[in-house]
Amino acid sequence: MTWTLVLVLAAGAYACKVTGLVLIGSRRLPPVVTRCLALVPAALISALIVKDTFSTGTELVLDARAAGVAAAGIAAWRRAPLIVVILVAVVVTALVRRAA
Amino acid sequence: MPVRTPGHDRDVVNASLLLGVAVGVFGLTFGVGAVSAGASVAQACAMSLLVFTGASQLSAVSVIAAGGSVASALGGAMILAARNGVYGLAMAPILTGSLPRRLLAAQLVIDESTAMATAQRDPDHQRTAFWVTGGTIFVLWNLGTLLGALAGTAIDPETYGLDAAFPAAYLAMVVPHLRHRTGLLAGLTGAAICLVLVPFTPVGVPILCASAAILLGIPQPRAEADSPLQEGTAGVP
Repeated sequence: MTWTLVLVLAAGAYACKVTGLVLIGSRRLPPVVTRCLALVPAALISALIVKDTFSTGTELVLDARAAGVAAAGIAAWRRAPLIVVILVAVVVTALVRRAA
Repeated sequence: MPVRTPGHDRDVVNASLLLGVAVGVFGLTFGVGAVSAGASVAQACAMSLLVFTGASQLSAVSVIAAGGSVASALGGAMILAARNGVYGLAMAPILTGSLPRRLLAAQLVIDESTAMATAQRDPDHQRTAFWVTGGTIFVLWNLGTLLGALAGTAIDPETYGLDAAFPAAYLAMVVPHLRHRTGLLAGLTGAAICLVLVPFTPVGVPILCASAAILLGIPQPRAEADSPLQEGTAGVP
């Protein structure tokens, strides 16, 4: 972790917020751009889930995390609160890891 | 998180506070994760104060933790941060006022404040919901990060299954985005791209490439409205 990353990301993230709220304001973007941007969380966060669950570095692995995240998935789909989803994942992962 | 439409100011404030507390507790997880990824306590706190958009922070930290380069960590995090620009567009009509006031408001434009504000009917309630939700989350997210970072230096995350906390938090964040067809398709495509690329590309690159899945938004939807603002998100700022 470097300060460069922290500061450049801070500047970039704020630039995004300001661009939308202050610079562009209520002017409208082309609908196709809006539709694509609306899919950013679905596409990227799903990828992050897969990466953090099934990989270590550049290796694909199947370990206790998969059980924990699967249990959390059920909780999230049933609209359990954020804290419950996280606790389910953490507890199941720790238990499976201990049992293994 | 589905957001009801409360009629009174007090309901708006209560709902906003509750969401803020939930997200604040999640700040703990970020703090622990950041420190175990090699960040100092000061870096973890600076991130939460200055970046203040959870998905980007988590993404940057987890790419670094996995051994990725600064550039790839930054790339994925910035693509995630871009959606706040879209939220800002939606908030612009209600967040009027002096330039300093709007520059301050900009830092609070995140998933939850936008979702909570757009769930209200009239502009007054929308403004209240935005400032109370954004403000509460800002304070508690940063407090949570500090406590988590301090605790994180003292514990081994794997013993307690804390390495599963990030993907679980992502899950809670992404589920509302997967409840419509295009979102689900984009999610599955992004996940598949990432999984296929992990063994063959440097860490962080699979996440960047997964963003190609947003091109599924190009075809005109038939009946379904895919506005990001219809989706309440259960996640982090």
